[in-house]
Amino acid sequence: MKLPETPRLILTLTVAGLLSGLAIVGAYQATQPRIRANNARALRQAVLEVVPGAETLQPLVWRDGALQAPGTAGSTAGNGGAGRAADRSGDLPTVYGAYTAAGGFVGYAIPAAGAGFQDTIRLIYGYQPETERIVGLQILESRETPGLGDRIYKDPDFVAEFRDLAVSPRIEAVKGHGEAPHQVDAITGATISSKAVISILNAGNDEWLDRLPEEAPAFQPSTTVGAEGETPKGGPVPGGKN
Amino acid sequence: MVGPGDTGHGDTGLGDTPGSYEEFVKGLWRENPVFVQVLGMCPALAVTNSAVNGLAMGGATLFVLFMSSLLISSLRSFIPKAVRISTYILVIATFVTVADLSLQALAPTVHRELGAFISLIVVNCLILGRQEAFASKNPVGRSLADAAGMGLGFTLALVLLGGAREVLGKGALFGVSLFGEGFEPWVVMILPPGGFLMLGLLLLLFAWIAEKREKLLDEAESEPDLDREAA
Repeated sequence: MKLPETPRLILTLTVAGLLSGLAIVGAYQATQPRIRANNARALRQAVLEVVPGAETLQPLVWRDGALQAPGTAGSTAGNGGAGRAADRSGDLPTVYGAYTAAGGFVGYAIPAAGAGFQDTIRLIYGYQPETERIVGLQILESRETPGLGDRIYKDPDFVAEFRDLAVSPRIEAVKGHGEAPHQVDAITGATISSKAVISILNAGNDEWLDRLPEEAPAFQPSTTVGAEGETPKGGPVPGGKN
Repeated sequence: MVGPGDTGHGDTGLGDTPGSYEEFVKGLWRENPVFVQVLGMCPALAVTNSAVNGLAMGGATLFVLFMSSLLISSLRSFIPKAVRISTYILVIATFVTVADLSLQALAPTVHRELGAFISLIVVNCLILGRQEAFASKNPVGRSLADAAGMGLGFTLALVLLGGAREVLGKGALFGVSLFGEGFEPWVVMILPPGGFLMLGLLLLLFAWIAEKREKLLDEAESEPDLDREAA
Protein backbone atom coordinates (compact mmCIF):
# COMPACT_ATOMS: atom_id res chain seq x y z
CA MET A 1 0.00 0.00 0.00
CA LYS A 2 1.42 3.38 -1.01
CA LEU A 3 1.56 5.87 1.82
CA PRO A 4 -0.23 8.82 0.21
CA GLU A 5 -3.21 6.53 -0.19
CA THR A 6 -3.68 6.19 3.56
CA PRO A 7 -5.18 9.61 4.33
CA ARG A 8 -7.67 9.07 1.55
CA LEU A 9 -8.74 5.73 2.98
CA ILE A 10 -9.11 7.21 6.43
CA LEU A 11 -11.05 10.15 5.04
CA THR A 12 -13.42 7.89 3.09
CA LEU A 13 -14.24 5.71 6.05
CA THR A 14 -14.57 8.70 8.38
CA VAL A 15 -17.00 10.45 6.08
CA ALA A 16 -18.95 7.25 5.50
CA GLY A 17 -19.14 6.55 9.23
CA LEU A 18 -20.20 10.11 9.94
CA LEU A 19 -22.98 10.05 7.36
CA SER A 20 -24.10 6.63 8.51
CA GLY A 21 -24.24 7.84 12.11
CA LEU A 22 -26.30 10.86 11.09
CA ALA A 23 -28.73 8.71 9.12
CA ILE A 24 -29.19 6.27 12.00
CA VAL A 25 -29.74 9.01 14.57
CA GLY A 26 -32.25 10.67 12.24
CA ALA A 27 -34.16 7.44 11.73
CA TYR A 28 -34.06 6.71 15.45
CA GLN A 29 -35.49 10.08 16.34
CA ALA A 30 -38.15 9.88 13.67
CA THR A 31 -39.39 6.45 14.74
CA GLN A 32 -38.89 6.54 18.50
CA PRO A 33 -42.12 8.32 19.56
CA ARG A 34 -44.16 5.88 17.51
CA ILE A 35 -42.28 2.82 18.80
CA ARG A 36 -42.71 3.97 22.38
CA ALA A 37 -46.40 4.61 21.80
CA ASN A 38 -46.80 1.15 20.24
CA ASN A 39 -45.17 -0.53 23.22
CA ALA A 40 -47.19 1.50 25.69
CA ARG A 41 -50.41 0.71 23.86
CA ALA A 42 -49.63 -3.01 23.72
CA LEU A 43 -48.88 -2.99 27.45
CA ARG A 44 -52.00 -1.00 28.24
CA GLN A 45 -54.09 -3.37 26.16
CA ALA A 46 -52.63 -6.36 28.00
CA VAL A 47 -53.16 -4.88 31.45
CA LEU A 48 -56.75 -3.96 30.75
CA GLU A 49 -57.30 -7.45 29.40
CA VAL A 50 -55.99 -9.36 32.41
CA VAL A 51 -57.74 -7.29 35.06
CA PRO A 52 -61.49 -7.40 34.37
CA GLY A 53 -63.23 -4.11 35.00
CA ALA A 54 -60.05 -2.06 34.62
CA GLU A 55 -60.29 1.10 32.58
CA THR A 56 -57.01 2.82 33.36
CA LEU A 57 -53.66 1.95 34.85
CA GLN A 58 -50.47 3.27 36.32
CA PRO A 59 -47.09 1.66 36.88
CA LEU A 60 -46.13 0.99 40.47
CA VAL A 61 -42.51 0.44 41.43
CA TRP A 62 -41.01 -1.31 44.41
CA ARG A 63 -38.68 1.25 45.92
CA ASP A 64 -37.32 1.64 49.45
CA GLY A 65 -39.44 -1.21 50.72
CA ALA A 66 -42.72 0.22 49.55
CA LEU A 67 -44.90 0.08 46.49
CA GLN A 68 -45.30 3.53 45.01
CA ALA A 69 -46.24 5.38 41.86
CA PRO A 70 -43.01 6.33 40.06
CA GLY A 71 -43.71 10.06 40.22
CA THR A 72 -44.23 10.14 43.99
CA ALA A 73 -40.77 10.68 45.39
CA GLY A 74 -39.69 14.27 44.75
CA SER A 75 -40.29 14.35 41.02
CA THR A 76 -39.94 17.61 39.17
CA ALA A 77 -43.06 19.28 37.93
CA GLY A 78 -44.19 19.15 34.33
CA ASN A 79 -44.24 16.57 31.60
CA GLY A 80 -40.48 16.23 31.33
CA GLY A 81 -40.24 15.31 34.99
CA ALA A 82 -42.89 12.62 34.72
CA GLY A 83 -41.21 11.24 31.61
CA ARG A 84 -37.86 11.03 33.30
CA ALA A 85 -39.34 9.40 36.37
CA ALA A 86 -41.01 6.82 34.14
CA ASP A 87 -37.73 6.15 32.36
CA ARG A 88 -35.86 5.68 35.60
CA SER A 89 -38.52 3.35 36.94
CA GLY A 90 -37.62 0.98 34.09
CA ASP A 91 -34.78 -0.36 36.23
CA LEU A 92 -36.94 -0.96 39.29
CA PRO A 93 -39.25 -3.95 39.74
CA THR A 94 -42.59 -2.81 38.36
CA VAL A 95 -46.20 -3.95 38.47
CA TYR A 96 -49.23 -2.12 37.18
CA GLY A 97 -52.14 -0.97 39.24
CA ALA A 98 -55.47 -1.20 37.43
CA TYR A 99 -58.26 1.21 38.28
CA THR A 100 -61.77 2.08 37.15
CA ALA A 101 -62.28 5.35 35.34
CA ALA A 102 -63.28 6.92 38.67
CA GLY A 103 -59.95 5.87 40.18
CA GLY A 104 -61.22 2.92 42.22
CA PHE A 105 -58.64 0.13 42.58
CA VAL A 106 -59.50 -3.14 40.78
CA GLY A 107 -56.36 -5.23 40.85
CA TYR A 108 -52.71 -5.58 39.93
CA ALA A 109 -51.20 -6.68 36.64
CA ILE A 110 -47.91 -8.47 37.24
CA PRO A 111 -45.41 -9.01 34.42
CA ALA A 112 -43.31 -12.15 34.68
CA ALA A 113 -40.99 -14.19 32.48
CA GLY A 114 -39.29 -17.56 32.55
CA ALA A 115 -38.02 -20.44 30.48
CA GLY A 116 -40.53 -22.14 28.19
CA PHE A 117 -40.02 -25.18 26.00
CA GLN A 118 -38.24 -23.27 23.22
CA ASP A 119 -37.46 -19.84 24.53
CA THR A 120 -38.34 -17.37 27.24
CA ILE A 121 -42.07 -16.92 27.79
CA ARG A 122 -43.05 -13.40 28.79
CA LEU A 123 -46.49 -12.96 30.24
CA ILE A 124 -48.59 -10.63 32.33
CA TYR A 125 -51.29 -11.69 34.76
CA GLY A 126 -54.00 -10.01 36.75
CA TYR A 127 -54.14 -10.49 40.52
CA GLN A 128 -56.78 -9.43 42.99
CA PRO A 129 -55.34 -9.14 46.51
CA GLU A 130 -58.77 -9.10 48.11
CA THR A 131 -59.74 -12.56 46.88
CA GLU A 132 -56.15 -13.81 46.49
CA ARG A 133 -56.95 -15.00 43.01
CA ILE A 134 -55.43 -14.70 39.58
CA VAL A 135 -58.09 -13.15 37.38
CA GLY A 136 -56.53 -13.15 33.92
CA LEU A 137 -53.43 -14.12 31.95
CA GLN A 138 -51.94 -13.00 28.70
CA ILE A 139 -48.85 -14.37 27.00
CA LEU A 140 -46.90 -11.42 25.63
CA GLU A 141 -44.08 -13.28 23.93
CA SER A 142 -43.33 -16.93 23.34
CA ARG A 143 -41.82 -19.23 20.76
CA GLU A 144 -43.57 -22.40 21.81
CA THR A 145 -44.10 -25.09 19.18
CA PRO A 146 -46.91 -24.14 16.80
CA GLY A 147 -49.84 -26.51 17.19
CA LEU A 148 -48.62 -27.90 20.51
CA GLY A 149 -46.99 -25.51 22.96
CA ASP A 150 -48.72 -22.47 21.53
CA ARG A 151 -51.97 -23.81 22.93
CA ILE A 152 -50.98 -22.10 26.19
CA TYR A 153 -52.59 -19.04 24.62
CA LYS A 154 -54.69 -20.61 21.84
CA ASP A 155 -56.57 -23.27 23.81
CA PRO A 156 -59.68 -21.56 25.24
CA ASP A 157 -60.07 -24.15 28.01
CA PHE A 158 -56.53 -23.62 29.24
CA VAL A 159 -56.80 -19.84 29.02
CA ALA A 160 -60.08 -19.95 30.97
CA GLU A 161 -58.31 -21.70 33.87
CA PHE A 162 -56.60 -18.42 34.70
CA ARG A 163 -59.72 -16.31 34.98
CA ASP A 164 -60.31 -17.48 38.55
CA LEU A 165 -57.38 -19.29 40.08
CA ALA A 166 -56.38 -19.42 43.73
CA VAL A 167 -52.71 -18.68 44.40
CA SER A 168 -52.41 -20.48 47.74
CA PRO A 169 -50.88 -22.77 48.70
CA ARG A 170 -49.28 -22.89 45.24
CA ILE A 171 -50.58 -23.19 41.71
CA GLU A 172 -50.30 -26.77 40.49
CA ALA A 173 -50.45 -28.37 37.08
CA VAL A 174 -52.39 -31.63 37.10
CA LYS A 175 -53.28 -34.18 34.46
CA GLY A 176 -56.97 -34.81 34.06
CA HIS A 177 -59.41 -32.71 35.98
CA GLY A 178 -58.02 -30.78 38.89
CA GLU A 179 -60.95 -29.78 41.06
CA ALA A 180 -59.18 -27.67 43.67
CA PRO A 181 -59.21 -23.92 43.01
CA HIS A 182 -55.41 -23.79 42.82
CA GLN A 183 -55.10 -26.55 40.19
CA VAL A 184 -54.77 -26.15 36.45
CA ASP A 185 -55.32 -28.89 33.85
CA ALA A 186 -52.10 -29.25 31.90
CA ILE A 187 -52.60 -29.42 28.14
CA THR A 188 -52.08 -32.89 26.76
CA GLY A 189 -49.18 -32.73 24.31
CA ALA A 190 -47.96 -29.46 25.80
CA THR A 191 -47.18 -30.49 29.35
CA ILE A 192 -43.84 -28.71 29.42
CA SER A 193 -45.28 -25.45 28.15
CA SER A 194 -48.20 -25.67 30.58
CA LYS A 195 -45.90 -26.34 33.50
CA ALA A 196 -43.62 -23.52 32.37
CA VAL A 197 -46.51 -21.05 32.51
CA ILE A 198 -47.42 -22.25 36.00
CA SER A 199 -43.89 -22.06 37.33
CA ILE A 200 -43.58 -18.55 35.91
CA LEU A 201 -46.77 -17.60 37.75
CA ASN A 202 -45.53 -19.15 40.99
CA ALA A 203 -42.22 -17.33 40.66
CA GLY A 204 -44.08 -14.08 40.03
CA ASN A 205 -46.21 -14.70 43.09
CA ASP A 206 -43.16 -15.45 45.23
CA GLU A 207 -41.63 -12.19 44.19
CA TRP A 208 -44.66 -9.96 44.46
CA LEU A 209 -47.51 -11.13 46.64
CA ASP A 210 -45.95 -10.10 49.95
CA ARG A 211 -45.17 -6.69 48.53
CA LEU A 212 -48.66 -5.87 47.31
CA PRO A 213 -50.89 -4.05 49.78
CA GLU A 214 -54.58 -4.80 49.57
CA GLU A 215 -55.25 -1.20 48.66
CA ALA A 216 -52.86 0.03 46.01
CA PRO A 217 -51.40 3.55 46.00
CA ALA A 218 -53.97 6.04 44.77
CA PHE A 219 -54.26 6.68 41.07
CA GLN A 220 -52.24 9.60 39.75
CA PRO A 221 -53.31 10.59 36.25
CA SER A 222 -49.91 12.00 35.25
CA THR A 223 -48.14 8.63 35.33
CA THR A 224 -50.61 6.84 33.09
CA VAL A 225 -49.02 4.47 30.58
CA GLY A 226 -50.04 4.85 26.97
CA ALA A 227 -52.32 7.81 27.57
CA GLU A 228 -54.67 8.56 24.72
CA GLY A 229 -52.80 11.74 23.87
CA GLU A 230 -49.67 9.95 22.72
CA THR A 231 -51.44 7.15 20.90
CA PRO A 232 -51.22 7.58 17.12
CA LYS A 233 -54.41 7.11 15.17
CA GLY A 234 -55.11 4.04 13.07
CA GLY A 235 -53.01 0.93 12.68
CA PRO A 236 -53.71 -2.48 14.12
CA VAL A 237 -53.52 -2.88 17.86
CA PRO A 238 -50.63 -5.19 18.73
CA GLY A 239 -52.50 -6.73 21.60
CA GLY A 240 -50.23 -9.76 21.92
CA LYS A 241 -51.36 -13.16 20.78
CA ASN A 242 -54.64 -14.59 21.87
CA MET B 1 -19.82 -14.70 -0.93
CA VAL B 2 -20.56 -14.56 -4.62
CA GLY B 3 -22.61 -17.38 -6.03
CA PRO B 4 -21.92 -19.31 -9.21
CA GLY B 5 -24.63 -17.39 -11.06
CA ASP B 6 -22.73 -14.19 -10.53
CA THR B 7 -19.50 -15.03 -12.19
CA GLY B 8 -20.51 -13.97 -15.67
CA HIS B 9 -21.75 -10.57 -14.62
CA GLY B 10 -18.68 -8.40 -14.86
CA ASP B 11 -18.22 -9.65 -18.43
CA THR B 12 -21.77 -9.26 -19.68
CA GLY B 13 -21.87 -5.85 -18.01
CA LEU B 14 -18.86 -4.58 -19.93
CA GLY B 15 -19.30 -6.59 -23.10
CA ASP B 16 -22.60 -6.51 -24.94
CA THR B 17 -24.23 -4.24 -22.28
CA PRO B 18 -27.73 -5.62 -21.95
CA GLY B 19 -30.42 -3.03 -21.20
CA SER B 20 -31.95 -2.21 -17.85
CA TYR B 21 -34.94 -4.36 -18.62
CA GLU B 22 -32.85 -7.50 -18.95
CA GLU B 23 -30.99 -6.64 -15.76
CA PHE B 24 -34.33 -6.37 -14.00
CA VAL B 25 -35.89 -9.53 -15.37
CA LYS B 26 -32.95 -11.85 -14.79
CA GLY B 27 -33.37 -11.63 -10.99
CA LEU B 28 -36.96 -12.74 -11.15
CA TRP B 29 -36.38 -16.05 -12.82
CA ARG B 30 -33.20 -16.92 -14.70
CA GLU B 31 -30.90 -15.89 -11.85
CA ASN B 32 -33.41 -15.94 -9.01
CA PRO B 33 -31.38 -15.35 -5.83
CA VAL B 34 -33.03 -18.17 -3.87
CA PHE B 35 -33.97 -20.83 -6.39
CA VAL B 36 -31.05 -20.49 -8.79
CA GLN B 37 -28.17 -18.81 -6.96
CA VAL B 38 -29.17 -20.28 -3.57
CA LEU B 39 -28.17 -17.09 -1.76
CA GLY B 40 -29.62 -15.67 1.45
CA MET B 41 -30.61 -19.06 2.80
CA CYS B 42 -30.68 -17.98 6.43
CA PRO B 43 -33.70 -15.66 6.14
CA ALA B 44 -35.22 -17.85 3.41
CA LEU B 45 -35.42 -20.76 5.83
CA ALA B 46 -35.83 -19.03 9.15
CA VAL B 47 -38.74 -16.65 8.73
CA THR B 48 -40.84 -18.19 5.97
CA ASN B 49 -43.40 -19.95 8.15
CA SER B 50 -46.11 -17.71 6.74
CA ALA B 51 -46.65 -15.73 3.56
CA VAL B 52 -46.85 -12.44 5.47
CA ASN B 53 -43.49 -13.02 7.14
CA GLY B 54 -41.95 -13.91 3.79
CA LEU B 55 -43.37 -10.75 2.29
CA ALA B 56 -42.11 -8.56 5.14
CA MET B 57 -38.64 -10.10 5.04
CA GLY B 58 -38.52 -9.82 1.24
CA GLY B 59 -39.71 -6.22 1.38
CA ALA B 60 -37.10 -5.24 3.95
CA THR B 61 -34.37 -6.94 1.93
CA LEU B 62 -35.56 -5.28 -1.28
CA PHE B 63 -35.44 -1.88 0.42
CA VAL B 64 -31.91 -2.41 1.74
CA LEU B 65 -30.67 -3.83 -1.57
CA PHE B 66 -32.21 -1.03 -3.63
CA MET B 67 -30.95 1.82 -1.44
CA SER B 68 -27.46 0.32 -1.06
CA SER B 69 -27.16 -0.20 -4.81
CA LEU B 70 -28.27 3.38 -5.42
CA LEU B 71 -25.66 4.80 -3.07
CA ILE B 72 -22.80 2.49 -3.92
CA SER B 73 -23.35 2.72 -7.65
CA SER B 74 -23.44 6.52 -7.58
CA LEU B 75 -20.36 6.73 -5.35
CA ARG B 76 -18.44 3.94 -7.06
CA SER B 77 -15.69 6.18 -8.42
CA PHE B 78 -15.08 7.79 -5.02
CA ILE B 79 -14.73 4.65 -2.95
CA PRO B 80 -11.09 3.49 -2.81
CA LYS B 81 -10.71 -0.17 -3.65
CA ALA B 82 -8.86 -1.00 -0.43
CA VAL B 83 -11.75 -0.01 1.83
CA ARG B 84 -14.65 -0.83 -0.45
CA ILE B 85 -15.96 -3.80 1.53
CA SER B 86 -15.97 -1.87 4.80
CA THR B 87 -17.77 0.99 3.08
CA TYR B 88 -20.37 -1.38 1.59
CA ILE B 89 -21.00 -2.97 4.97
CA LEU B 90 -21.36 0.45 6.55
CA VAL B 91 -23.88 1.52 3.91
CA ILE B 92 -25.81 -1.75 4.16
CA ALA B 93 -25.85 -1.71 7.95
CA THR B 94 -27.18 1.83 7.96
CA PHE B 95 -30.10 0.96 5.73
CA VAL B 96 -30.79 -2.20 7.72
CA THR B 97 -31.02 -0.14 10.91
CA VAL B 98 -33.40 2.26 9.19
CA ALA B 99 -35.54 -0.66 7.98
CA ASP B 100 -35.47 -2.25 11.43
CA LEU B 101 -36.63 0.93 13.17
CA SER B 102 -39.29 1.67 10.56
CA LEU B 103 -40.76 -1.83 10.82
CA GLN B 104 -40.77 -1.54 14.60
CA ALA B 105 -42.67 1.72 14.35
CA LEU B 106 -45.09 0.82 11.57
CA ALA B 107 -45.70 -2.91 11.94
CA PRO B 108 -44.79 -3.99 15.49
CA THR B 109 -46.49 -7.37 15.14
CA VAL B 110 -44.50 -8.31 12.06
CA HIS B 111 -41.35 -6.96 13.65
CA ARG B 112 -41.85 -9.21 16.67
CA GLU B 113 -42.35 -12.24 14.43
CA LEU B 114 -39.18 -11.59 12.43
CA GLY B 115 -37.14 -10.68 15.49
CA ALA B 116 -33.38 -10.69 15.04
CA PHE B 117 -33.61 -11.70 11.38
CA ILE B 118 -34.21 -8.11 10.32
CA SER B 119 -30.86 -7.06 11.76
CA LEU B 120 -29.29 -10.10 10.15
CA ILE B 121 -30.09 -8.71 6.68
CA VAL B 122 -26.68 -7.01 7.08
CA VAL B 123 -24.97 -10.34 6.54
CA ASN B 124 -27.25 -11.54 3.75
CA CYS B 125 -24.73 -12.48 1.09
CA LEU B 126 -27.21 -11.54 -1.62
CA ILE B 127 -26.87 -7.85 -0.77
CA LEU B 128 -23.10 -7.64 -0.41
CA GLY B 129 -22.82 -9.91 -3.43
CA ARG B 130 -24.82 -7.55 -5.65
CA GLN B 131 -22.76 -4.56 -4.49
CA GLU B 132 -19.43 -6.25 -5.18
CA ALA B 133 -20.47 -8.00 -8.38
CA PHE B 134 -22.72 -5.40 -9.94
CA ALA B 135 -23.39 -1.99 -8.36
CA SER B 136 -19.69 -1.19 -7.95
CA LYS B 137 -19.07 -1.74 -11.67
CA ASN B 138 -22.22 -0.46 -13.35
CA PRO B 139 -23.99 2.88 -13.83
CA VAL B 140 -26.80 3.85 -11.47
CA GLY B 141 -29.73 3.04 -13.76
CA ARG B 142 -28.67 -0.53 -14.46
CA SER B 143 -27.62 -1.11 -10.87
CA LEU B 144 -31.07 -0.07 -9.70
CA ALA B 145 -32.72 -2.34 -12.26
CA ASP B 146 -30.51 -5.18 -11.09
CA ALA B 147 -31.27 -4.47 -7.41
CA ALA B 148 -35.00 -4.20 -8.01
CA GLY B 149 -35.02 -7.46 -9.97
CA MET B 150 -32.95 -9.35 -7.44
CA GLY B 151 -34.92 -7.91 -4.52
CA LEU B 152 -38.25 -8.74 -6.11
CA GLY B 153 -37.03 -12.20 -7.06
CA PHE B 154 -35.98 -12.75 -3.45
CA THR B 155 -39.35 -11.48 -2.19
CA LEU B 156 -41.19 -13.67 -4.67
CA ALA B 157 -39.25 -16.72 -3.55
CA LEU B 158 -39.86 -16.00 0.13
CA VAL B 159 -43.59 -15.44 -0.38
CA LEU B 160 -43.79 -18.65 -2.40
CA LEU B 161 -41.91 -20.56 0.28
CA GLY B 162 -43.87 -18.97 3.13
CA GLY B 163 -47.19 -19.36 1.33
CA ALA B 164 -46.66 -23.04 0.58
CA ARG B 165 -45.59 -23.74 4.17
CA GLU B 166 -48.51 -21.78 5.58
CA VAL B 167 -51.05 -23.57 3.39
CA LEU B 168 -49.76 -27.00 4.43
CA GLY B 169 -48.85 -26.19 8.01
CA LYS B 170 -51.76 -23.98 9.04
CA GLY B 171 -54.36 -24.49 6.32
CA ALA B 172 -54.31 -20.78 5.62
CA LEU B 173 -52.81 -18.24 3.24
CA PHE B 174 -52.00 -14.68 4.36
CA GLY B 175 -53.84 -15.56 7.56
CA VAL B 176 -57.08 -16.44 5.73
CA SER B 177 -58.27 -19.93 6.57
CA LEU B 178 -58.67 -22.03 3.43
CA PHE B 179 -60.04 -25.43 4.29
CA GLY B 180 -62.33 -24.89 7.24
CA GLU B 181 -62.44 -26.95 10.42
CA GLY B 182 -61.92 -30.40 8.89
CA PHE B 183 -58.32 -29.75 7.85
CA GLU B 184 -55.66 -31.30 10.02
CA PRO B 185 -52.63 -28.98 9.69
CA TRP B 186 -49.32 -30.55 8.74
CA VAL B 187 -47.52 -28.84 11.60
CA VAL B 188 -44.01 -29.92 10.62
CA MET B 189 -44.21 -27.62 7.59
CA ILE B 190 -44.18 -24.47 9.75
CA LEU B 191 -41.47 -25.86 12.01
CA PRO B 192 -37.80 -25.52 11.01
CA PRO B 193 -37.59 -28.93 9.23
CA GLY B 194 -40.51 -27.84 7.04
CA GLY B 195 -38.39 -24.99 5.74
CA PHE B 196 -35.75 -27.39 4.46
CA LEU B 197 -38.33 -29.77 3.03
CA MET B 198 -40.20 -27.06 1.16
CA LEU B 199 -37.02 -25.36 -0.05
CA GLY B 200 -35.78 -28.69 -1.38
CA LEU B 201 -39.04 -29.34 -3.18
CA LEU B 202 -39.12 -25.88 -4.73
CA LEU B 203 -35.46 -26.12 -5.80
CA LEU B 204 -36.32 -29.42 -7.46
CA LEU B 205 -39.30 -27.86 -9.19
CA PHE B 206 -37.29 -24.91 -10.45
CA ALA B 207 -34.45 -27.08 -11.69
CA TRP B 208 -36.94 -29.33 -13.46
CA ILE B 209 -38.68 -26.41 -15.17
CA ALA B 210 -35.33 -24.90 -16.16
CA GLU B 211 -34.26 -28.22 -17.69
CA LYS B 212 -37.52 -28.53 -19.63
CA ARG B 213 -37.11 -25.03 -20.98
CA GLU B 214 -33.55 -25.64 -22.01
CA LYS B 215 -34.59 -28.73 -23.89
CA LEU B 216 -37.34 -26.82 -25.67
CA LEU B 217 -34.88 -24.09 -26.60
CA ASP B 218 -32.37 -26.64 -27.88
CA GLU B 219 -35.01 -28.20 -30.07
CA ALA B 220 -36.11 -24.80 -31.34
CA GLU B 221 -32.49 -24.00 -32.20
CA SER B 222 -31.73 -27.28 -33.89
CA GLU B 223 -34.81 -27.23 -36.11
CA PRO B 224 -33.68 -24.37 -38.38
CA ASP B 225 -30.41 -26.26 -38.92
CA LEU B 226 -32.35 -29.27 -40.13
CA ASP B 227 -34.30 -27.06 -42.50
CA ARG B 228 -31.12 -25.61 -43.88
CA GLU B 229 -29.64 -29.04 -44.36
CA ALA B 230 -32.77 -30.14 -46.15
CA ALA B 231 -32.59 -27.10 -48.39
